[in-house]
Amino acid sequence: MTTFLDTTIDKLIENFDFLNDWEERFAYLIELGKKLPPLSEAEMTDEHRIHGCQASVWLRMLPQSDGTFDIHADSDAFIVKGLIAVLLLIYSEKTAEQILDTDSTATFERLGLDKHLSPTRRNGLHSMVSRIQALAAESTAQTV
Amino acid sequence: MSTDAKPAGLTKRDGGINWATLRGDFPILHETVNGHPLVYLDSAASSQKPRQVIDAIRHHYEHHNANVHRGIHELSNRATEAYEAARQRVAEFINANSRDEIVFTRGTTEGLNLVAQTWALENLREGDTILLTEMEHHSNLVPWQMLAQRIGAQLDFIEITGDDGELDLQWLDEQLARARLLSLTHISNTLGTVNPVVEICARARDAGVVTVVDAAQSAGHTPVNVQSIGCDFLAFSGHKTCGPTGIGVLYGRRELLEAMPPYQGGGEMIAKVEYRDVTFNVVPHKFEAGTPNVAGAVGLHAALDYLDAIGRDSIFEHDQRLAKRACEQLGEIDGIRLFGPSEGRSAVMSFILPDVHALDLATMADQKGVALRAGHHCNQPLLAKLGVPATARASFYFYNTEDEVDRFIEVIHHVRKLFA
Repeated sequence: MTTFLDTTIDKLIENFDFLNDWEERFAYLIELGKKLPPLSEAEMTDEHRIHGCQASVWLRMLPQSDGTFDIHADSDAFIVKGLIAVLLLIYSEKTAEQILDTDSTATFERLGLDKHLSPTRRNGLHSMVSRIQALAAESTAQTV
Repeated sequence: MSTDAKPAGLTKRDGGINWATLRGDFPILHETVNGHPLVYLDSAASSQKPRQVIDAIRHHYEHHNANVHRGIHELSNRATEAYEAARQRVAEFINANSRDEIVFTRGTTEGLNLVAQTWALENLREGDTILLTEMEHHSNLVPWQMLAQRIGAQLDFIEITGDDGELDLQWLDEQLARARLLSLTHISNTLGTVNPVVEICARARDAGVVTVVDAAQSAGHTPVNVQSIGCDFLAFSGHKTCGPTGIGVLYGRRELLEAMPPYQGGGEMIAKVEYRDVTFNVVPHKFEAGTPNVAGAVGLHAALDYLDAIGRDSIFEHDQRLAKRACEQLGEIDGIRLFGPSEGRSAVMSFILPDVHALDLATMADQKGVALRAGHHCNQPLLAKLGVPATARASFYFYNTEDEVDRFIEVIHHVRKLFA
Protein backbone atom coordinates (compact mmCIF):
# COMPACT_ATOMS: atom_id res chain seq x y z
CA MET A 1 0.00 0.00 0.00
CA THR A 2 1.60 3.22 -1.08
CA THR A 3 -1.37 5.51 -0.35
CA PHE A 4 0.61 7.02 2.55
CA LEU A 5 2.84 8.64 -0.05
CA ASP A 6 -0.20 10.50 -1.39
CA THR A 7 1.22 10.68 -4.90
CA THR A 8 1.89 8.63 -8.03
CA ILE A 9 5.08 8.24 -10.01
CA ASP A 10 3.68 10.53 -12.74
CA LYS A 11 2.79 13.22 -10.21
CA LEU A 12 6.23 12.85 -8.68
CA ILE A 13 7.91 13.41 -12.05
CA GLU A 14 5.68 16.46 -12.62
CA ASN A 15 6.58 17.90 -9.19
CA PHE A 16 10.26 17.30 -9.77
CA ASP A 17 10.01 19.19 -13.03
CA PHE A 18 8.32 22.08 -11.29
CA LEU A 19 11.02 22.46 -8.60
CA ASN A 20 13.80 24.94 -9.24
CA ASP A 21 16.95 23.19 -8.19
CA TRP A 22 18.35 20.02 -6.72
CA GLU A 23 18.34 21.32 -3.20
CA GLU A 24 14.55 21.66 -3.48
CA ARG A 25 14.26 18.23 -5.11
CA PHE A 26 16.28 16.63 -2.34
CA ALA A 27 14.13 18.46 0.21
CA TYR A 28 11.07 16.98 -1.55
CA LEU A 29 12.62 13.50 -1.40
CA ILE A 30 13.27 14.03 2.31
CA GLU A 31 9.59 14.92 2.83
CA LEU A 32 8.55 11.77 0.94
CA GLY A 33 10.98 9.77 3.06
CA LYS A 34 9.39 11.08 6.23
CA LYS A 35 6.04 9.58 5.11
CA LEU A 36 7.53 6.11 4.78
CA PRO A 37 6.29 3.83 7.58
CA PRO A 38 9.31 2.57 9.53
CA LEU A 39 10.23 -1.08 9.79
CA SER A 40 10.21 -2.47 13.30
CA GLU A 41 13.51 -3.26 15.04
CA ALA A 42 12.65 -6.95 14.67
CA GLU A 43 12.52 -6.58 10.88
CA MET A 44 15.90 -4.89 10.71
CA THR A 45 17.81 -8.16 10.49
CA ASP A 46 20.77 -9.12 8.36
CA GLU A 47 18.45 -11.21 6.20
CA HIS A 48 16.58 -8.08 5.12
CA ARG A 49 19.62 -5.83 4.98
CA ILE A 50 20.76 -4.68 1.56
CA HIS A 51 24.51 -4.38 1.30
CA GLY A 52 26.10 -2.15 -1.28
CA CYS A 53 24.36 0.93 0.08
CA GLN A 54 26.32 3.54 2.04
CA ALA A 55 23.42 3.97 4.42
CA SER A 56 21.78 1.05 6.18
CA VAL A 57 18.82 -0.25 4.17
CA TRP A 58 16.38 -3.05 5.01
CA LEU A 59 13.76 -4.34 2.61
CA ARG A 60 10.94 -6.90 2.77
CA MET A 61 8.49 -8.06 0.10
CA LEU A 62 5.21 -9.37 1.44
CA PRO A 63 3.09 -11.44 -0.97
CA GLN A 64 -0.61 -10.50 -1.04
CA SER A 65 -3.56 -12.78 -1.75
CA ASP A 66 -4.11 -11.18 -5.18
CA GLY A 67 -0.61 -12.18 -6.31
CA THR A 68 0.95 -8.75 -5.86
CA PHE A 69 3.67 -7.74 -3.44
CA ASP A 70 3.71 -5.09 -0.78
CA ILE A 71 7.21 -3.72 -0.37
CA HIS A 72 8.31 -2.52 3.05
CA ALA A 73 11.67 -0.81 3.32
CA ASP A 74 13.50 1.53 5.60
CA SER A 75 16.82 3.31 6.04
CA ASP A 76 18.58 5.36 8.68
CA ALA A 77 19.13 8.19 6.15
CA PHE A 78 16.22 10.31 4.94
CA ILE A 79 17.32 10.89 1.35
CA VAL A 80 17.60 7.12 1.02
CA LYS A 81 14.10 6.81 2.49
CA GLY A 82 12.98 9.25 -0.20
CA LEU A 83 14.57 7.08 -2.87
CA ILE A 84 12.87 4.04 -1.35
CA ALA A 85 9.56 5.93 -1.68
CA VAL A 86 10.27 6.40 -5.40
CA LEU A 87 10.98 2.68 -5.73
CA LEU A 88 7.72 1.83 -3.93
CA LEU A 89 5.80 4.00 -6.37
CA ILE A 90 7.40 2.05 -9.20
CA TYR A 91 7.36 -1.50 -7.82
CA SER A 92 4.96 -1.91 -4.91
CA GLU A 93 1.55 -3.57 -5.43
CA LYS A 94 2.73 -5.28 -8.59
CA THR A 95 2.94 -8.97 -9.42
CA ALA A 96 6.27 -10.72 -9.76
CA GLU A 97 5.92 -10.68 -13.56
CA GLN A 98 5.18 -6.95 -13.57
CA ILE A 99 8.13 -6.30 -11.27
CA LEU A 100 10.46 -8.26 -13.51
CA ASP A 101 9.09 -6.48 -16.59
CA THR A 102 9.48 -2.99 -15.13
CA ASP A 103 12.68 -1.22 -15.98
CA SER A 104 13.11 1.67 -13.58
CA THR A 105 16.04 3.17 -15.50
CA ALA A 106 13.77 5.29 -17.69
CA THR A 107 11.93 6.66 -14.64
CA PHE A 108 15.19 7.57 -12.92
CA GLU A 109 16.28 9.31 -16.12
CA ARG A 110 13.03 11.29 -16.30
CA LEU A 111 13.56 12.34 -12.67
CA GLY A 112 17.16 13.27 -13.47
CA LEU A 113 18.32 10.97 -10.68
CA ASP A 114 20.74 9.25 -13.04
CA LYS A 115 22.71 12.49 -13.34
CA HIS A 116 22.26 14.00 -9.90
CA LEU A 117 22.96 11.10 -7.63
CA SER A 118 26.58 10.34 -6.79
CA PRO A 119 27.91 7.14 -8.36
CA THR A 120 27.93 5.42 -4.95
CA ARG A 121 24.29 6.38 -4.41
CA ARG A 122 23.39 5.10 -7.88
CA ASN A 123 25.03 1.81 -6.93
CA GLY A 124 22.94 1.74 -3.77
CA LEU A 125 19.76 2.39 -5.74
CA HIS A 126 20.77 -0.32 -8.18
CA SER A 127 21.30 -2.74 -5.27
CA MET A 128 17.75 -2.03 -4.05
CA VAL A 129 16.24 -2.61 -7.52
CA SER A 130 18.28 -5.82 -7.87
CA ARG A 131 17.00 -7.08 -4.52
CA ILE A 132 13.37 -6.34 -5.41
CA GLN A 133 13.72 -8.12 -8.75
CA ALA A 134 15.65 -11.02 -7.25
CA LEU A 135 12.96 -11.57 -4.61
CA ALA A 136 10.30 -11.41 -7.34
CA ALA A 137 12.20 -13.91 -9.48
CA GLU A 138 12.60 -16.21 -6.48
CA SER A 139 8.85 -16.23 -5.89
CA THR A 140 8.06 -17.12 -9.52
CA ALA A 141 10.64 -19.91 -9.40
CA GLN A 142 8.90 -21.31 -6.33
CA THR A 143 5.42 -21.25 -7.85
CA VAL A 144 6.43 -22.91 -11.14
CA MET B 1 66.62 19.52 -12.75
CA SER B 2 65.34 21.74 -10.00
CA THR B 3 61.61 22.11 -9.92
CA ASP B 4 61.83 25.22 -7.73
CA ALA B 5 58.16 24.98 -6.83
CA LYS B 6 57.93 28.02 -4.60
CA PRO B 7 54.42 29.13 -3.66
CA ALA B 8 53.63 32.23 -5.72
CA GLY B 9 50.91 33.13 -3.24
CA LEU B 10 53.19 33.11 -0.20
CA THR B 11 52.76 36.57 1.29
CA LYS B 12 52.95 37.91 4.79
CA ARG B 13 50.26 39.43 6.94
CA ASP B 14 50.71 40.65 10.50
CA GLY B 15 54.20 39.15 10.49
CA GLY B 16 52.80 35.68 9.63
CA ILE B 17 51.72 33.83 6.52
CA ASN B 18 48.77 35.24 4.63
CA TRP B 19 46.99 31.93 4.11
CA ALA B 20 44.26 33.36 1.89
CA THR B 21 46.69 34.40 -0.88
CA LEU B 22 48.05 30.83 -1.11
CA ARG B 23 44.70 29.84 -2.54
CA GLY B 24 45.70 31.62 -5.74
CA ASP B 25 48.12 28.74 -6.38
CA PHE B 26 45.28 26.18 -6.45
CA PRO B 27 43.23 26.45 -9.66
CA ILE B 28 40.60 23.94 -8.50
CA LEU B 29 39.70 25.96 -5.40
CA HIS B 30 38.08 28.51 -7.70
CA GLU B 31 35.57 26.00 -9.03
CA THR B 32 31.85 26.55 -8.63
CA VAL B 33 29.88 23.56 -7.34
CA ASN B 34 26.10 23.46 -7.69
CA GLY B 35 26.10 27.22 -8.16
CA HIS B 36 28.20 27.95 -5.06
CA PRO B 37 31.90 28.61 -4.53
CA LEU B 38 33.60 25.33 -3.65
CA VAL B 39 34.46 24.82 0.02
CA TYR B 40 36.71 21.79 -0.09
CA LEU B 41 36.76 19.99 3.27
CA ASP B 42 37.89 16.55 2.16
CA SER B 43 41.67 16.90 2.14
CA ALA B 44 42.09 13.89 4.42
CA ALA B 45 40.83 11.82 1.48
CA SER B 46 42.90 13.69 -1.10
CA SER B 47 44.52 17.10 -1.06
CA GLN B 48 44.28 19.57 -3.92
CA LYS B 49 47.31 20.38 -6.08
CA PRO B 50 49.00 23.73 -6.53
CA ARG B 51 49.78 24.95 -10.05
CA GLN B 52 53.49 24.39 -9.30
CA VAL B 53 52.89 20.63 -9.06
CA ILE B 54 50.72 20.54 -12.16
CA ASP B 55 53.36 22.58 -14.04
CA ALA B 56 56.18 20.27 -12.92
CA ILE B 57 54.34 17.23 -14.30
CA ARG B 58 53.59 19.05 -17.53
CA HIS B 59 57.20 20.22 -17.81
CA HIS B 60 58.38 16.64 -17.33
CA TYR B 61 56.19 15.31 -20.13
CA GLU B 62 57.04 18.20 -22.43
CA HIS B 63 60.82 18.14 -21.93
CA HIS B 64 62.17 15.12 -20.03
CA ASN B 65 59.96 12.12 -20.62
CA ALA B 66 61.64 8.79 -21.37
CA ASN B 67 62.18 5.57 -19.48
CA VAL B 68 64.58 5.73 -16.56
CA HIS B 69 67.80 3.97 -15.53
CA ARG B 70 68.66 2.04 -18.68
CA GLY B 71 68.80 4.66 -21.38
CA ILE B 72 71.90 5.92 -23.11
CA HIS B 73 70.24 8.92 -24.69
CA GLU B 74 69.78 12.43 -23.34
CA LEU B 75 66.08 12.27 -22.49
CA SER B 76 66.50 9.05 -20.53
CA ASN B 77 69.33 10.68 -18.59
CA ARG B 78 67.13 13.68 -17.81
CA ALA B 79 64.24 11.46 -16.70
CA THR B 80 66.57 9.36 -14.52
CA GLU B 81 68.06 12.47 -12.94
CA ALA B 82 64.61 13.90 -12.24
CA TYR B 83 63.40 10.61 -10.75
CA GLU B 84 66.44 10.16 -8.52
CA ALA B 85 66.39 13.83 -7.52
CA ALA B 86 62.82 13.26 -6.32
CA ARG B 87 64.04 10.32 -4.24
CA GLN B 88 66.74 12.52 -2.70
CA ARG B 89 64.11 15.21 -1.98
CA VAL B 90 61.88 12.67 -0.20
CA ALA B 91 64.83 11.50 1.90
CA GLU B 92 65.43 15.10 3.00
CA PHE B 93 61.70 15.65 3.60
CA ILE B 94 61.51 12.87 6.18
CA ASN B 95 65.19 13.05 7.23
CA ALA B 96 66.15 9.54 6.13
CA ASN B 97 69.84 8.67 6.35
CA SER B 98 70.10 8.07 2.65
CA ARG B 99 68.00 8.11 -0.50
CA ASP B 100 68.61 4.36 -0.71
CA GLU B 101 66.09 4.04 2.12
CA ILE B 102 63.33 5.53 -0.04
CA VAL B 103 61.20 3.14 -2.11
CA PHE B 104 58.65 4.68 -4.46
CA THR B 105 55.26 2.99 -4.31
CA ARG B 106 51.72 3.71 -5.54
CA GLY B 107 50.75 5.07 -2.15
CA THR B 108 50.57 4.29 1.56
CA THR B 109 48.52 1.16 0.95
CA GLU B 110 51.15 -0.37 -1.29
CA GLY B 111 53.90 0.58 1.14
CA LEU B 112 52.16 -1.22 4.01
CA ASN B 113 51.41 -4.26 1.85
CA LEU B 114 55.04 -4.34 0.77
CA VAL B 115 56.25 -4.57 4.39
CA ALA B 116 53.62 -7.23 5.18
CA GLN B 117 54.48 -9.35 2.14
CA THR B 118 58.27 -9.06 2.40
CA TRP B 119 59.77 -8.30 5.81
CA ALA B 120 56.87 -9.73 7.79
CA LEU B 121 56.29 -12.79 5.59
CA GLU B 122 60.00 -13.60 5.81
CA ASN B 123 60.42 -12.96 9.54
CA LEU B 124 57.15 -13.78 11.28
CA ARG B 125 56.12 -17.31 12.19
CA GLU B 126 53.00 -19.14 13.26
CA GLY B 127 51.87 -17.94 16.69
CA ASP B 128 53.68 -14.57 16.45
CA THR B 129 51.72 -11.46 17.35
CA ILE B 130 51.27 -8.36 15.21
CA LEU B 131 50.27 -5.35 17.30
CA LEU B 132 48.02 -2.68 15.75
CA THR B 133 45.70 -0.05 17.18
CA GLU B 134 41.91 0.10 17.09
CA MET B 135 42.01 3.24 14.95
CA GLU B 136 43.84 1.85 11.93
CA HIS B 137 42.63 2.58 8.42
CA HIS B 138 41.68 -0.62 6.56
CA SER B 139 44.96 -0.32 4.63
CA ASN B 140 46.87 -0.80 7.88
CA LEU B 141 44.61 -3.62 9.02
CA VAL B 142 43.65 -5.82 6.09
CA PRO B 143 47.25 -6.48 4.86
CA TRP B 144 48.09 -7.76 8.37
CA GLN B 145 44.90 -9.85 8.53
CA MET B 146 45.82 -11.42 5.18
CA LEU B 147 49.34 -12.15 6.39
CA ALA B 148 48.12 -13.49 9.74
CA GLN B 149 45.70 -15.86 8.00
CA ARG B 150 48.43 -17.07 5.70
CA ILE B 151 51.09 -17.83 8.33
CA GLY B 152 48.94 -18.41 11.41
CA ALA B 153 50.02 -15.26 13.24
CA GLN B 154 47.63 -13.35 15.49
CA LEU B 155 46.60 -9.73 15.81
CA ASP B 156 46.48 -7.68 18.99
CA PHE B 157 45.18 -4.12 19.32
CA ILE B 158 46.06 -1.09 21.41
CA GLU B 159 42.60 0.04 22.48
CA ILE B 160 41.15 3.53 22.30
CA THR B 161 39.78 5.16 25.41
CA GLY B 162 36.45 6.31 23.94
CA ASP B 163 35.03 9.14 21.83
CA ASP B 164 38.10 11.27 22.57
CA GLY B 165 40.09 8.80 20.48
CA GLU B 166 43.24 8.59 22.59
CA LEU B 167 45.25 5.37 22.67
CA ASP B 168 45.14 3.53 25.98
CA LEU B 169 48.84 2.89 26.56
CA GLN B 170 48.61 1.43 30.05
CA TRP B 171 49.14 -2.13 28.78
CA LEU B 172 51.61 -1.17 26.05
CA ASP B 173 54.68 -2.81 27.58
CA GLU B 174 52.80 -6.07 28.18
CA GLN B 175 51.44 -5.97 24.64
CA LEU B 176 54.89 -5.21 23.20
CA ALA B 177 56.40 -8.09 25.17
CA ARG B 178 54.12 -10.47 23.25
CA ALA B 179 54.54 -8.80 19.82
CA ARG B 180 57.05 -9.06 17.00
CA LEU B 181 55.81 -6.14 14.92
CA LEU B 182 53.85 -2.96 15.68
CA SER B 183 52.14 -0.99 12.93
CA LEU B 184 50.27 2.17 13.81
CA THR B 185 48.99 5.37 12.35
CA HIS B 186 50.63 8.69 13.15
CA ILE B 187 47.39 10.66 12.76
CA SER B 188 43.95 9.03 12.71
CA ASN B 189 41.98 9.65 9.51
CA THR B 190 38.69 9.53 11.42
CA LEU B 191 39.40 10.82 14.92
CA GLY B 192 42.12 13.37 14.20
CA THR B 193 44.20 11.97 17.06
CA VAL B 194 47.93 12.67 16.82
CA ASN B 195 49.50 9.57 18.32
CA PRO B 196 52.71 9.84 20.40
CA VAL B 197 54.71 7.84 17.86
CA VAL B 198 58.11 8.88 19.26
CA GLU B 199 57.31 7.46 22.69
CA ILE B 200 55.57 4.36 21.33
CA CYS B 201 58.37 3.54 18.88
CA ALA B 202 60.99 4.02 21.61
CA ARG B 203 59.19 1.55 23.87
CA ALA B 204 58.79 -0.86 20.96
CA ARG B 205 62.49 -0.62 20.17
CA ASP B 206 63.34 -1.43 23.80
CA ALA B 207 61.13 -4.51 23.49
CA GLY B 208 62.81 -5.54 20.22
CA VAL B 209 59.62 -4.98 18.21
CA VAL B 210 59.86 -3.78 14.60
CA THR B 211 57.80 -0.62 14.00
CA VAL B 212 55.81 0.57 10.99
CA VAL B 213 54.25 4.06 10.91
CA ASP B 214 51.35 5.00 8.63
CA ALA B 215 52.06 8.67 7.94
CA ALA B 216 49.33 9.15 5.31
CA GLN B 217 47.55 11.83 7.36
CA SER B 218 50.67 13.39 8.85
CA ALA B 219 53.42 13.72 6.24
CA GLY B 220 51.89 16.76 4.55
CA HIS B 221 50.57 18.35 7.73
CA THR B 222 53.31 18.24 10.33
CA PRO B 223 57.08 17.68 10.37
CA VAL B 224 57.78 13.96 10.02
CA ASN B 225 61.34 12.90 10.86
CA VAL B 226 62.00 9.17 10.67
CA GLN B 227 65.16 9.45 12.77
CA SER B 228 63.51 11.27 15.64
CA ILE B 229 60.45 8.99 15.45
CA GLY B 230 62.85 6.07 15.47
CA CYS B 231 60.62 3.80 13.37
CA ASP B 232 61.81 0.97 11.14
CA PHE B 233 59.35 1.65 8.32
CA LEU B 234 57.13 4.61 7.43
CA ALA B 235 54.71 5.02 4.52
CA PHE B 236 52.89 7.99 3.04
CA SER B 237 51.02 9.00 -0.12
CA GLY B 238 51.76 11.75 -2.61
CA HIS B 239 48.16 12.69 -3.22
CA LYS B 240 47.51 13.63 0.42
CA THR B 241 50.59 15.88 0.43
CA CYS B 242 49.65 18.15 -2.51
CA GLY B 243 51.31 15.72 -4.92
CA PRO B 244 49.81 13.57 -7.67
CA THR B 245 47.87 10.34 -7.23
CA GLY B 246 49.59 7.02 -7.88
CA ILE B 247 52.88 7.89 -6.16
CA GLY B 248 53.79 7.12 -2.60
CA VAL B 249 56.78 6.48 -0.41
CA LEU B 250 57.95 3.65 1.76
CA TYR B 251 60.87 4.45 4.02
CA GLY B 252 62.74 1.48 5.46
CA ARG B 253 65.86 1.32 7.57
CA ARG B 254 68.66 0.27 5.29
CA GLU B 255 69.66 -2.97 7.02
CA LEU B 256 66.05 -4.13 7.02
CA LEU B 257 65.53 -3.26 3.35
CA GLU B 258 68.73 -5.04 2.40
CA ALA B 259 67.74 -8.22 4.22
CA MET B 260 64.24 -8.27 2.74
CA PRO B 261 63.23 -10.30 -0.31
CA PRO B 262 61.84 -8.38 -3.30
CA TYR B 263 58.12 -7.61 -3.53
CA GLN B 264 57.41 -8.05 -7.22
CA GLY B 265 59.58 -9.35 -10.03
CA GLY B 266 60.25 -7.68 -13.36
CA GLY B 267 62.46 -5.13 -15.04
CA GLU B 268 64.44 -2.55 -13.06
CA MET B 269 64.64 -4.73 -9.95
CA ILE B 270 67.28 -7.13 -11.27
CA ALA B 271 71.06 -7.05 -11.53
CA LYS B 272 71.50 -10.16 -13.67
CA VAL B 273 69.00 -12.60 -15.16
CA GLU B 274 69.59 -16.04 -16.63
CA TYR B 275 66.89 -18.48 -17.71
CA ARG B 276 66.88 -20.26 -14.37
CA ASP B 277 68.51 -17.76 -12.06
CA VAL B 278 68.35 -14.13 -11.08
CA THR B 279 70.43 -11.73 -9.02
CA PHE B 280 68.44 -8.85 -7.59
CA ASN B 281 69.34 -5.20 -7.86
CA VAL B 282 70.48 -3.22 -4.81
CA VAL B 283 68.08 -1.28 -2.58
CA PRO B 284 65.86 0.57 -3.20
CA HIS B 285 65.66 -0.60 -6.84
CA LYS B 286 64.98 -4.23 -5.98
CA PHE B 287 61.56 -3.09 -4.68
CA GLU B 288 60.65 -1.13 -7.80
CA ALA B 289 59.81 -3.67 -10.50
CA GLY B 290 58.74 -2.29 -13.85
CA THR B 291 58.75 1.25 -15.19
CA PRO B 292 58.09 3.51 -12.22
CA ASN B 293 55.74 6.48 -12.00
CA VAL B 294 58.41 9.01 -13.03
CA ALA B 295 56.03 11.91 -13.62
CA GLY B 296 54.42 11.15 -10.25
CA ALA B 297 57.80 11.33 -8.52
CA VAL B 298 58.55 14.63 -10.27
CA GLY B 299 55.17 16.00 -9.16
CA LEU B 300 55.81 14.79 -5.62
CA HIS B 301 59.19 16.54 -5.63
CA ALA B 302 57.45 19.82 -6.51
CA ALA B 303 54.80 19.22 -3.83
CA LEU B 304 57.39 18.68 -1.11
CA ASP B 305 59.27 21.84 -2.21
CA TYR B 306 55.98 23.70 -2.04
CA LEU B 307 55.08 22.45 1.44
CA ASP B 308 58.53 23.13 2.86
CA ALA B 309 58.56 26.68 1.45
CA ILE B 310 55.50 27.31 3.63
CA GLY B 311 56.85 25.22 6.50
CA ARG B 312 55.12 22.19 8.01
CA ASP B 313 55.25 23.71 11.51
CA SER B 314 53.24 26.66 10.20
CA ILE B 315 50.86 24.35 8.33
CA PHE B 316 50.16 22.38 11.49
CA GLU B 317 49.52 25.58 13.47
CA HIS B 318 47.09 26.74 10.79
CA ASP B 319 45.40 23.30 10.78
CA GLN B 320 44.98 23.51 14.54
CA ARG B 321 43.57 27.04 14.39
CA LEU B 322 40.92 25.93 11.91
CA ALA B 323 40.20 22.74 13.90
CA LYS B 324 39.72 24.74 17.08
CA ARG B 325 37.36 27.19 15.37
CA ALA B 326 35.33 24.35 13.87
CA CYS B 327 35.25 22.31 17.11
CA GLU B 328 34.07 25.30 19.13
CA GLN B 329 31.21 26.04 16.76
CA LEU B 330 30.26 22.38 16.31
CA GLY B 331 30.31 21.98 20.09
CA GLU B 332 27.53 24.57 20.38
CA ILE B 333 25.11 22.25 18.54
CA ASP B 334 22.87 20.53 21.08
CA GLY B 335 23.24 16.76 21.03
CA ILE B 336 26.19 16.63 18.62
CA ARG B 337 28.65 13.79 19.08
CA LEU B 338 32.13 15.03 18.19
CA PHE B 339 34.91 12.45 17.99
CA GLY B 340 38.59 12.88 18.74
CA PRO B 341 40.65 14.74 21.30
CA SER B 342 39.75 18.29 22.27
CA GLU B 343 43.39 19.40 22.44
CA GLY B 344 46.38 18.94 20.14
CA ARG B 345 44.36 17.33 17.41
CA SER B 346 44.78 17.42 13.66
CA ALA B 347 42.29 19.14 11.37
CA VAL B 348 40.30 15.97 10.68
CA MET B 349 37.01 15.92 12.55
CA SER B 350 34.23 13.38 12.60
CA PHE B 351 30.85 14.03 14.12
CA ILE B 352 27.24 12.92 14.23
CA LEU B 353 24.37 15.36 14.39
CA PRO B 354 21.41 14.42 16.58
CA ASP B 355 18.88 14.98 13.80
CA VAL B 356 20.55 14.53 10.40
CA HIS B 357 22.20 11.37 9.07
CA ALA B 358 25.82 11.88 7.97
CA LEU B 359 25.00 10.91 4.37
CA ASP B 360 22.07 13.30 4.24
CA LEU B 361 24.25 16.08 5.62
CA ALA B 362 27.02 15.44 3.07
CA THR B 363 24.51 15.28 0.20
CA MET B 364 22.78 18.53 1.17
CA ALA B 365 26.08 20.30 1.97
CA ASP B 366 27.24 19.40 -1.52
CA GLN B 367 24.22 21.26 -2.88
CA LYS B 368 25.74 24.32 -1.18
CA GLY B 369 29.22 23.66 -2.57
CA VAL B 370 30.64 22.24 0.67
CA ALA B 371 32.57 18.99 0.12
CA LEU B 372 32.31 16.73 3.18
CA ARG B 373 32.76 13.02 3.56
CA ALA B 374 30.26 10.66 5.14
CA GLY B 375 30.48 6.97 5.88
CA HIS B 376 32.90 4.67 7.64
CA HIS B 377 36.11 6.33 6.30
CA CYS B 378 37.73 2.89 5.82
CA ASN B 379 37.48 2.45 9.59
CA GLN B 380 34.62 -0.05 9.93
CA PRO B 381 35.87 -1.80 13.10
CA LEU B 382 36.52 1.58 14.77
CA LEU B 383 33.01 2.82 13.98
CA ALA B 384 31.55 -0.46 15.20
CA LYS B 385 33.49 0.01 18.45
CA LEU B 386 32.12 3.55 18.76
CA GLY B 387 28.68 2.11 18.01
CA VAL B 388 27.92 4.26 14.96
CA PRO B 389 27.16 3.19 11.38
CA ALA B 390 28.59 6.34 9.79
CA THR B 391 29.99 9.74 10.66
CA ALA B 392 30.28 13.00 8.77
CA ARG B 393 33.85 14.17 8.39
CA ALA B 394 35.32 17.57 7.65
CA SER B 395 39.05 17.81 7.07
CA PHE B 396 40.94 21.06 6.62
CA TYR B 397 44.27 21.96 5.07
CA PHE B 398 46.38 25.08 4.82
CA TYR B 399 44.41 26.39 1.83
CA ASN B 400 41.21 26.48 3.88
CA THR B 401 40.27 29.70 5.62
CA GLU B 402 38.42 30.78 8.74
CA ASP B 403 35.65 32.04 6.45
CA GLU B 404 35.26 28.53 5.08
CA VAL B 405 34.96 27.11 8.59
CA ASP B 406 32.16 29.61 9.23
CA ARG B 407 30.49 28.76 5.92
CA PHE B 408 30.63 25.05 6.82
CA ILE B 409 28.89 25.74 10.14
CA GLU B 410 26.30 27.97 8.44
CA VAL B 411 25.53 25.18 5.96
CA ILE B 412 25.12 22.66 8.80
CA HIS B 413 22.52 24.94 10.42
CA HIS B 414 20.77 25.38 7.08
CA VAL B 415 20.61 21.62 6.47
CA ARG B 416 19.33 20.95 9.98
CA LYS B 417 16.41 23.26 9.27
CA LEU B 418 15.51 21.19 6.19
CA PHE B 419 15.27 18.07 8.32
CA ALA B 420 13.47 19.69 11.24
